Amino acid sequence: MPSNIWLYVLVMAGVTYLIRMLPLALWKKEIKNVYVRSFLHYVPFACLAAMTFPAILTSTSSMISALCGFAVALFVAYREKSLLTVALSACGTVFLVEQILAYLA
Amino acid sequence: MKRKAFLYGLRAGIPIGLGYFAVSFAFGMEAARAGLEVWHAVMISLLNVTSAGQFAALDIMAAGGSLVEMAATQLIINLRYSLMSFSLSQKLEKKAPHLHRFLVAYGVTDEIFGVSAAQEGEVSPYFNYGAMCVAIPGWTIGTLVGAVCGQILPDGIMSALGIAVYGMFLAIIIPPAKKSRPVLFAVLVGMVISCLFAYVPVINQISSGFAIIIATVVAAGLAAVLFPIKEEGVSAHAE
Repeated sequence: MPSNIWLYVLVMAGVTYLIRMLPLALWKKEIKNVYVRSFLHYVPFACLAAMTFPAILTSTSSMISALCGFAVALFVAYREKSLLTVALSACGTVFLVEQILAYLA
Repeated sequence: MKRKAFLYGLRAGIPIGLGYFAVSFAFGMEAARAGLEVWHAVMISLLNVTSAGQFAALDIMAAGGSLVEMAATQLIINLRYSLMSFSLSQKLEKKAPHLHRFLVAYGVTDEIFGVSAAQEGEVSPYFNYGAMCVAIPGWTIGTLVGAVCGQILPDGIMSALGIAVYGMFLAIIIPPAKKSRPVLFAVLVGMVISCLFAYVPVINQISSGFAIIIATVVAAGLAAVLFPIKEEGVSAHAE
């Protein structure tokens, strides 16, 4: 660990805030171009999807439990349950599957 | 009006805050394990409110990386927020005073952006404040609890908590993907490109932050070209 941790904390917080603030503060006028508007509409979905898969497969201690958690999360999300319900169903599934795997091993 | 938007935001923020608690609990525990003081971990969460960036920061500090490396890594991993802020800049109430944009910016996270982007028409900054008032304490307190008592949890529970953040992401993207073909297309293309960066030799050397930005720009760009959204009426008719 570096001795000047606060400096690291401030640098990361500063960079992260500027990334979020500059586009919001500097751009107010409406974008007319239909392709740019559509692009911005699709950004969050594309971004979250790219962050989720395949990273979700290595998010737990075994790929089997992660696959099961992924499948359950997909199903529960498809049923349009809340963020918390989906997240906890995935966690619960991973926990159960890992207990079963440990029992079988 | 402000009050209504704020209360509505609070309600949207509750599941986010609870989900954040689970994910930041894992962050607090990792931070303590890496050798950070509890208050450092808590301040990192309060000032940054970003999952992937914070976990990467732990690695950098533990490895004794430089400040430049820290800044560059945060820039790459968190650059997606500028796309979200840019998108939000179009959606935030035009009549709201400019100052609001500086405050709303602090709370642009994947999930808070997700719920505000899902609102019909313009979004009041007070909606975002409502969501932030639940989500950010959830994120910060989760870190505190994880850093203080994460060490006593069994491995099985820690492993299970690791998937929580992805469950949250799926809860945001799946319902709209179910209703809209173009959104489903953007989601699938994003995942396929992200897989290429994870598994194909040579290009899997690219940092995960860059990989996410490239996947996002290509998937959203293709979707925009193939399925441009014609004006849905409201603002077009008003002018």
